[in-house]
Amino acid sequence: MNTALSWIKAYVPDLKCTDQEYMDAMTLSGTKVEGYRRLDKNLEKIVVGQIEKIEKHPDADKLIVCQVNIGSEVIQIVTGAPNVKEGDKVPVVLDGGKVAGGHDGGPLPEDGIAIKAGKLRGVESNGMMCSIEELGSDRNMYPEAPEMGIYVFKEDVEIGSDAIEALGMRDTVFEYEVTSNRVDCYSVIGIAREAAATFRKPFCPPKVEVKENGEKVEDYISVEVQDKELCPRYCARVCTNIKIGPSPKWMQRRLAASGIRPINNLVDITNYVMEEYGQPMHAFDLDTIAGHKIIVRRAKDGDVFRTLDGQDRKLDADVLMICDAEKEVGIAGIMGGENSMITDDVKTVLFEAATFNGANIRKSAKRIGLRTDASGKFEKGLDPHNAEEAINRACQLIEELGCGEVVSGMADVHGDMKEKVVLPFEPDRYNKLLGTDVSKAEMLDIFKMIEVDYDPAANTLTMPTFRQDLLRQCDIAEEVARFYGYDKIPTTLPSGEATAGKLPFKLRIEQKARDIAEYCGFSQGMCYSFESPKVFDKLLLDADDPARRAITIANPLGEDFSIMRTLPLNGMLTSLATNYNRRNKEVRLYELGNVYIPKALPLTELPDERMQFTLGMYGNCDFFTMKGVVEEFFDSIGMKKKITYDPKAGRNYLHPGRQAAIIYEGTLLGCLGEVHPEVCDNYNMKTRAYVAVLDMPSVLPYATFERKYEGIAKYPAVSRDISMVVPKDIMVGQIEAVIEQRGGKILEDYSLFDIYEGDQIREGYKSVAYSITFRAKDRTLEEADISGAMRKILNGLEGMGIELRS
Amino acid sequence: MKERLEQIKAEALKQIEASDALEKLNEVRVNFLGKKGELTAVMKGMKDIAPEDRPKFGQLVNETRAEIERVLETSVKKMERSVREAKLKKEVIDVTLPAKKNNVGHRHPNTIALEEVERIFIGMGYEVVEGPEVERDYYNFEALNIPADHPAKDEQDTFYISGDILLRTQTSSTQVHEMEKGKLPIRMIAPGRVFRSDEVDATHSPSFHQIEGLVIDRNITFADLKGTLAQFAKELFGEDTKVKFRPHHFPFTEPSAEMDVTCFKCGGTGCRFCKGEGWIEILGCGMVHPHVLEMSGIDPEQYTGFAFGVGLERIALLKYEIDDMRLLYENDIRFLKQF
Repeated sequence: MNTALSWIKAYVPDLKCTDQEYMDAMTLSGTKVEGYRRLDKNLEKIVVGQIEKIEKHPDADKLIVCQVNIGSEVIQIVTGAPNVKEGDKVPVVLDGGKVAGGHDGGPLPEDGIAIKAGKLRGVESNGMMCSIEELGSDRNMYPEAPEMGIYVFKEDVEIGSDAIEALGMRDTVFEYEVTSNRVDCYSVIGIAREAAATFRKPFCPPKVEVKENGEKVEDYISVEVQDKELCPRYCARVCTNIKIGPSPKWMQRRLAASGIRPINNLVDITNYVMEEYGQPMHAFDLDTIAGHKIIVRRAKDGDVFRTLDGQDRKLDADVLMICDAEKEVGIAGIMGGENSMITDDVKTVLFEAATFNGANIRKSAKRIGLRTDASGKFEKGLDPHNAEEAINRACQLIEELGCGEVVSGMADVHGDMKEKVVLPFEPDRYNKLLGTDVSKAEMLDIFKMIEVDYDPAANTLTMPTFRQDLLRQCDIAEEVARFYGYDKIPTTLPSGEATAGKLPFKLRIEQKARDIAEYCGFSQGMCYSFESPKVFDKLLLDADDPARRAITIANPLGEDFSIMRTLPLNGMLTSLATNYNRRNKEVRLYELGNVYIPKALPLTELPDERMQFTLGMYGNCDFFTMKGVVEEFFDSIGMKKKITYDPKAGRNYLHPGRQAAIIYEGTLLGCLGEVHPEVCDNYNMKTRAYVAVLDMPSVLPYATFERKYEGIAKYPAVSRDISMVVPKDIMVGQIEAVIEQRGGKILEDYSLFDIYEGDQIREGYKSVAYSITFRAKDRTLEEADISGAMRKILNGLEGMGIELRS
Repeated sequence: MKERLEQIKAEALKQIEASDALEKLNEVRVNFLGKKGELTAVMKGMKDIAPEDRPKFGQLVNETRAEIERVLETSVKKMERSVREAKLKKEVIDVTLPAKKNNVGHRHPNTIALEEVERIFIGMGYEVVEGPEVERDYYNFEALNIPADHPAKDEQDTFYISGDILLRTQTSSTQVHEMEKGKLPIRMIAPGRVFRSDEVDATHSPSFHQIEGLVIDRNITFADLKGTLAQFAKELFGEDTKVKFRPHHFPFTEPSAEMDVTCFKCGGTGCRFCKGEGWIEILGCGMVHPHVLEMSGIDPEQYTGFAFGVGLERIALLKYEIDDMRLLYENDIRFLKQF
């Protein structure tokens, strides 16, 4: 909301502060000022001048030479403006002064434009006459300004006086961010009341007194509200003998500063009251209202209604309509109808000031697809008491500004008005909640400023009706805090029972995962939780792959963000591809993020959110690099047992010969492998890439931070090397299984030290060499121990068709 | 005899002096002090000496031996040193050659900021908890004092799934789960992913992270809220950081506030970074609304509390001067490597 400070000051006349002080103080008391704009920024040495004589420029057809009286003297100014004539009073910027912008109305330069005396085509010019654009404004704000050319004062202004003052530009427009609970502050009155309380100055709202013409409103209009739920109050008044014309300058200026374009007196008055009281009003041409009767009722499903912007709107039974005896004349709280629109020929006006159910207006506006200034205010839920005050204010202005006569009385339909909220006054409670020591007297002072009534006899506080946010003691405490000053509240730390800070086990393991991934050269990425359903095809998933059963978002930002991911791969591959296409050479990324596995679709229960530890890389690396990272991670979280890698992982998105399911103690924990080249193609990556995915909820039961020292062996170890010729389809994992099964208790370790396929080895075979280490905890091993164990191992290997090389 | 000893000594010292390698010094040792050396030979002549002179003679031999050994030892040390020095000279390397790095990976700036926040609050006795990202309307809205028709529900641009299931718009939902557990006092922070239907641009993302904080105990005051968050700001942004609390409105807290911190670039004097204001908005907070406590089964007459919510990305963007939020989700390695 934008409002000129001068308007606020009209109701807080003693307010004296700089713009910055005002902004800071209002923000600290809860009326946040987003910023302010001085209307006289970069406007210097600009006075009212009167053109006494106009002559042609001797050397230029399009220029004229003016003698301008600026009070103290008559100066010569050359101009190219087409619209001035002798006798005109115009704003004149003198030598050494400044204007805000150029005559084309483009963006205003930060430091304005300096004006110096000089010669124009050889003729001396000692200043410049200004257009409204050069003064930093436009014709929306000053509709009387000419489309092209110099602003000419229509009213009586003193020659030589401050032109900026005369234009009402010695003012500052403040932009407020009003919170949704403070409906009352979407109005000048509301903000002025806050300003008065903030600066502890008297608050002087307008005195509303309507001079009526003695006719009876009942003779003009009757009102019937059929749905009181949706329309708690409907006030109607009638004005006759309407004379349409411009509204006074002061009103135009205030509206313009608020960002509302002045139109004519009638429209301006309704807009003015909407700004001033926060109460939207509607004006009907009474002559278009059939039966001189207003009926407030719901629309019928499928009705179509043409609003005053000429658009046809589709309605339903939840939309509230304003109707006359025959037809609909407006959508309640949103927009009036074309059929009852005010024209310049209007003779009699019917004013409406009503309150509607905020939620209904909000939903209706959304369904119809028409959100207006009025609906924006109504949807916050307005105070029914305010409607009466606002409609009377409008009628007062109609009469005072000579726009028409006001018919006596008001048609007013309302149900039971909500009772005012009354709470016991409990100063200790407020202090206890705030941690303050504010005196009772100071609290009562504050309440007075914000019109919360204190009854000393009952020791109660009564909330004003416009403060619909004051319902409980904590709300009162906030009022005390706001005006006592948040900055004056002390700073303490909570006392009371000590609690142990902690990071739960799951998060500690995730932290470990990050550490290990980073030690191994992987950097952390983050991907969105939603993606496109097309990713399943990109990943070559089968039509019946369970991962295709994904949760769909009902109102996504688009198909690309429409399902909750069930696999972390698309995010990883997209990130790798982004890097690849930006020519980043070596890339290793990891992500810790959830996938969302529905229990049933459509969702009735919350899905299973499973944390996935995903690693991806390309560049100088291979399958075994990735395998190493997985094992480092398991090792770091105390998973010391043998990990099984099953090459039949069944992942379509991985290379069929280079993938493995990761199995620990019989549980599937994840998979790793080279990305299928077709998938790489789908992601536009012309390189081999490797991924690993660990399902953290499956890993967690095996993870531990417990460690046990097992002693350093006292007795020597003995190693034996074996070299084998192995049928190609036997995996070393199978050899290792034999070594483990048959090595006995004295088997300490084994390691592959050579693997070879090629020239010296016959087709279909490979050469594999292991070093096997034996050690006993309690004695030095003897030859017989070792050869016994070795024999068992070798027998086992031979049983698999493996030949020993000498 | 004495002359002979003097002679041997002089000869030995001469040879030591003349030695230019360790091997030569060793030769001297063998020649003079060894089993077959000169001094041993002299000692062997002991039997020819009168018994009363023998002790004196023995002493003389020993003195000579000791002197030769001393000089020899000094020379050996000196020689060894010069040999080592020569070796070291040969081993000079160009220390400006490139390092052999392990190419350690980098944490995401969000995580760095998050771990920093976690560290601060764990130190103050807070437990880190998590809540579901796909959430029920009740926990995301209703139990936080945002009933069905509340305009705040619209303001948050929620992604809906079906029925009353949605993507949480705020980590505040975790507050409710924690309160429902019924274990008091509560001191928790709940970091996590939240979702709002904002189109992707430099300052918006449909998915981002928040950290929720909640403290519930007897006698918790607004002053405690101020003190705690002031402490947090100092830890996160530096000891000189000042905080400012402005009244604000959130449905689930009353009184409510927004907290600004002094700009950590200019220290509060105003700069381009803080748009000349000297202050930067950091978080929203307030005293837990009694109705929120009631709904979760906590008696507001007995207990009070405060809550706060911080945008993680906001902190990361501010702290590391990242000018475009999209960078956080692109995962370009050149970006990630800078943290």
